[in-house]
Amino acid sequence: MAIRRGRGVAAINYPTGMNLGGDPTQALVHSTPTGNFMVTLSSVDLGQGMKQIMAQICAETIGVPTDRVVVDTADTDTGPHCMGTFASRGTHRAGNAVIQAAKEARQVMLEVAAEELEVNASDLETDGQGNILVKGAPQKSISIFDVALSAHFKRGRSISGRGMFLIPRSYPEKETGAMKPSTCYAHACTVAEVEVDDETGEVTVLTVKNVFEIGRALNPKMVEQQLVGGSWMGISHALYETTEPYYPNRDNGGTDFNQYLMPGPGDLAETEIIVLERPSADGPYGAKGPGEMCANPQIPAVANAVFDAVGVRIDTLPITPERILRALKAQAAS
Amino acid sequence: MELRKNYFADVRKDDLHEIGQPRPRSDSPGHVTGKTAFFADRNFPGMLHLKMVRSPHHHARIRSIDTSEAEKHPGVVKVLTAKDVPHNVYTILILIQIGPEDETVLADGKVRWKGEAVVAVLAETERAAQEAAAKVKVDYEVLPAVFDMEEALKPGAPLVNEYHGQNYYLYDSGACRKVRFGDVEAGFAGADHILEQSYQSSPIEHAPTETTGCVVMPEGNDRFTCYTNTQAMFFTLDNTSIILQMPGSKLHFVGGTVGGGFGGKVDVIVEPIAILGAKLTGRPVSFIYSREEEMQISSPRAAEKVVIKDGVMKDGRIIARKVTGYTDAGAYSRHSPYGAQKGAGHYPGPYTIPNVWIDTYCVYTNRTPSSAMRGFGVTIGDFALEVQMDKLARLIGMDPLEFRFINAYRDGDMKAHRQPTEGAALIECMQEASRAANWPVAEKYMAMSSYKNGA
Repeated sequence: MAIRRGRGVAAINYPTGMNLGGDPTQALVHSTPTGNFMVTLSSVDLGQGMKQIMAQICAETIGVPTDRVVVDTADTDTGPHCMGTFASRGTHRAGNAVIQAAKEARQVMLEVAAEELEVNASDLETDGQGNILVKGAPQKSISIFDVALSAHFKRGRSISGRGMFLIPRSYPEKETGAMKPSTCYAHACTVAEVEVDDETGEVTVLTVKNVFEIGRALNPKMVEQQLVGGSWMGISHALYETTEPYYPNRDNGGTDFNQYLMPGPGDLAETEIIVLERPSADGPYGAKGPGEMCANPQIPAVANAVFDAVGVRIDTLPITPERILRALKAQAAS
Repeated sequence: MELRKNYFADVRKDDLHEIGQPRPRSDSPGHVTGKTAFFADRNFPGMLHLKMVRSPHHHARIRSIDTSEAEKHPGVVKVLTAKDVPHNVYTILILIQIGPEDETVLADGKVRWKGEAVVAVLAETERAAQEAAAKVKVDYEVLPAVFDMEEALKPGAPLVNEYHGQNYYLYDSGACRKVRFGDVEAGFAGADHILEQSYQSSPIEHAPTETTGCVVMPEGNDRFTCYTNTQAMFFTLDNTSIILQMPGSKLHFVGGTVGGGFGGKVDVIVEPIAILGAKLTGRPVSFIYSREEEMQISSPRAAEKVVIKDGVMKDGRIIARKVTGYTDAGAYSRHSPYGAQKGAGHYPGPYTIPNVWIDTYCVYTNRTPSSAMRGFGVTIGDFALEVQMDKLARLIGMDPLEFRFINAYRDGDMKAHRQPTEGAALIECMQEASRAANWPVAEKYMAMSSYKNGA
């Protein structure tokens, strides 16, 4: 009887957005009288930080600091339609809608600034700090604060924009299955290292090294929180979780967190996250949707590591100590 | 976390001001100081609490329902049964034309899984609602049930759901969604080795911190404001409008920060019945799942079975792959026909294989209806695919990571569902994993690229 060590690898891809498309999201952007910007959506923030990302996307597109943008969302009386927050679609779909709306608002903003500065709008650029400058002559400038005041009280303009993003729905061909499930895919490769106690069947995940390719990390800190959380969830799926431990038997399901097993802080592996960026052709600033895929590669990587450690294949999830011990017993018997 | 900018450096730009910056989240201070408002923080005077009477049987005919004792229970204001629901038989994906309507808001004549909602009790307190629910008498005639997908697909199995007429979802392509590419049998015939393996998973709970629920306020203008933690505002509003036969203009849905979704809050379960309760009583209504309901009543990730048959050559090329996927929908569709179909579009994984055959089935059993969950249609499939890849590598005596390089898809490669690969990055992820994990592979693999005609 011994503690045995093994490692396993898995590589995956994952589609961004609702499968087969047909899932629209719309956005509205407008400025306040003092040049702050309001993004109006009906998308839902599930705690992943959608509001923050939409603010950064709007700020980048308009050309103002992020703290000049407020996001109002998840209200059907004010926000235009969003299909919902699922299928790794929030950043990709809503982000594109926000960019389109912000571009339209930016154009009005530049037109008002052009009137104030008596130049052509096409000769203007933003400095990202809240000012509009004449290209090549930055001493000639106006603040977005003053442009918004002018638009509201002097010029009678609405600095606002409408945005929408829709990937047309694909219908699978009946006999061949020819279809377009998605327009862009995120990627991952995970190497997991485990110890397996061949006396108790207990698995300890020592390290998980994840490489994720996600198009573009719009906010690296928020990407990190999502990828680390996903990696933990993958380990949890591999080794712990089920509401019905003896499928197809319906009994023995957990009804609270004492009975429904998940890893505690002491069960979490040393987790490494490495991000690669291959910008997607149709993502907002190149982003893809990593929300779901980041929890997938750990499951087979851990399963393969268990085999590497003790030489038994557990092809049924979750990989419990009971299943490992039964497999070891069958292996010894044969 | 480390950002490795040396990969794809020719297509990355670093000329942005706000994007790419690790700005602190504007909502974090609210979360960590307990100031963020969630839907359940709304507490209105006169608010009623809704509790469900649920089926104790997996499959049964309802002979009769007697609510008289429950109605007399102190604090009870209203008891709802199927006849109170204007459009009781529904299915949520009808909004994207994926029917038929196959599920009841409140059971009508039959229950098809243990835990199915039968009677809704509205009372002044949660306790009164719970006590009154226990006084509802339902006379059941227990019917044979089927719990296993393979059993459900056999001739003579108990019929789970009459609205489907058979124990699988009928796609326009037939009993399964199909993908056919190349000639898979010819591929097997020419292969050096054949490996067929079967993989199985069990249902998994989303385990959000905040359980599913909503609070409904009837407004003075004949509208209803529904404070909810749904993941999809208009999807829920539009389905509620159908179920209650109420114009969408009468409905106002307000979300906010959700305490974790993971796909568990897109089923449109609590909102329609809570709004109906508010309409019929004229009072605010709260319907919030207990932790037990969240774990055993709300839809889990489906149990899946995946059978993979591969033909592989000694040099490491996979030349044929046949995948048969089964998704256990439980008693009702919810999002499962979509999930099973997503699997068909995902297999054979991120590998270029010339001969592919895929069948994915959505199967009905007398189990808790499964539905959306982070990655559904793909997550369990990836477990099966990537364990299979490990077995294949070992079968031909090849390093598992090198074996993946040989088969990895690259830009321009035709996928089984007949889309050319674009924006691939699997090879680069594996190269970086090789370095990070100190898992060396031959130099020729480290020189590969996902780009078209890459080395």
